Amino acid sequence: MTGTIKRGVSLYSFQEELFLGQMTVEDAIAFTASIGATGIEILPEQNMPSFPNVTDAEVAWWQETVAKHGCELICYDMFLDTKQRKDRAMTDDEQVASIRRDLDLCNRLGIRNMRILVFVRPDILERCVPYAEDLDIHMGVEVHAPWHLEHAWILRTIDVADRLGTKHLGILPDMGIFMKHYPPAFRARFERQGARPEVTQFIVDQHEQKIMAEYTIYEVAVKMQGNKAEVAMAETLRHAPYANPKRLADYAPYFRHIQAKFYEMTPDARDPSIAYDEVIPVLQKAGWSGYLSSEYEGNRWIQDVMPVDSREQVRRQHTMFERLMAAHGER
Amino acid sequence: MFDKYLIVDDSLRATVDGFAFDAKLGYYRGLGLSMVEDLAITIDGESVPREAVRFDEGGGPLTLDDMEQAYDRRWNFGAVATISVVWPNGLAEGEHALTLSERLRVSYLPFPAINSDAKTLSLAA
Repeated sequence: MTGTIKRGVSLYSFQEELFLGQMTVEDAIAFTASIGATGIEILPEQNMPSFPNVTDAEVAWWQETVAKHGCELICYDMFLDTKQRKDRAMTDDEQVASIRRDLDLCNRLGIRNMRILVFVRPDILERCVPYAEDLDIHMGVEVHAPWHLEHAWILRTIDVADRLGTKHLGILPDMGIFMKHYPPAFRARFERQGARPEVTQFIVDQHEQKIMAEYTIYEVAVKMQGNKAEVAMAETLRHAPYANPKRLADYAPYFRHIQAKFYEMTPDARDPSIAYDEVIPVLQKAGWSGYLSSEYEGNRWIQDVMPVDSREQVRRQHTMFERLMAAHGER
Repeated sequence: MFDKYLIVDDSLRATVDGFAFDAKLGYYRGLGLSMVEDLAITIDGESVPREAVRFDEGGGPLTLDDMEQAYDRRWNFGAVATISVVWPNGLAEGEHALTLSERLRVSYLPFPAINSDAKTLSLAA
């Protein structure tokens, strides 16, 4: 089995500049093309102001605009507002109808991968499978930290896909599950909020040793009488897992797209936190050939203190991708 | 999320029955208005009663209770909406301390999402 990993970018990555009106969607697409990436992942509820009533002319604009820049639309990030109403939860029928609405728009856009929010129930997705098969769209449940590839909740979706024998339901891993080192940007923000350096060092050391989060939270909150910022930092450990990258090979048949989450890149194009140096060789050895789609989420950790430059962060991540793919692809 | 950007700079103005300012939604996507549970406001340290607040993303002003029933309207990502406050004695010209706290019902989160901003804005004569 051979395959070539492709490079893409989610528009999520430019949320800071898009929110502030400093970039347009086309700017983001043009930038993506400029770093040699060819795929664009979209969040219709972020990037399409007319959602859910998107016109054919708007659909045509998206297709023409990505084509003009030599790119393609690669993934549709859906949402499901089960709590739309205050007085009651969405019924199962309403949930299925909402997902079908998204599958329809995904299909109109010519996109074959849909990111399913991790909280969507497997039995609801099972009811959507016939429709996804008709449209040839892969529904991938986002494996987002603190879930991981072998979390029992995720395995329920795998079980449904196996039982149905379908190629249109599976998973969509978010690389945030491979947090090998605690992100320096997280630590720095908690220190700006009043966390003492000796306490933040303790938390980083605990994470480095992969000590179960609850031990560290108790140490910080009770034994060290941590302040608000210190306890909040310790609690981030609940969402900071380092899952085993080797498991990606086992589950490769179940995913066609990856969200390449990251929080910061160093000036020499290294990720100080997420273990891409372990992930990419596993994907290459498995012959996996989907898109690694950048998902920069560092803006919220630095925007209180400095301007955010999402383009530079994404550019550095792609420099890293190219380096890691070349280093291991020759074997 | 986006907390420091929620209140739009230089947007405070007087209205016939109080004051108004512009704001954005603290979220990385747009959201149906029915999922905005509260827009809590203080002006110069004084809490604004919920009944005194009106929201308008462009579809016409709504009370916060009516906003929770507005199933077909959305506050789009990055979009500026007008928040107006019925404030019988109005505001004097000059600087005012304004805070805004948005409480959102985000379906995939087990708890409400709360985003808050505080700014000092100047009201022209």
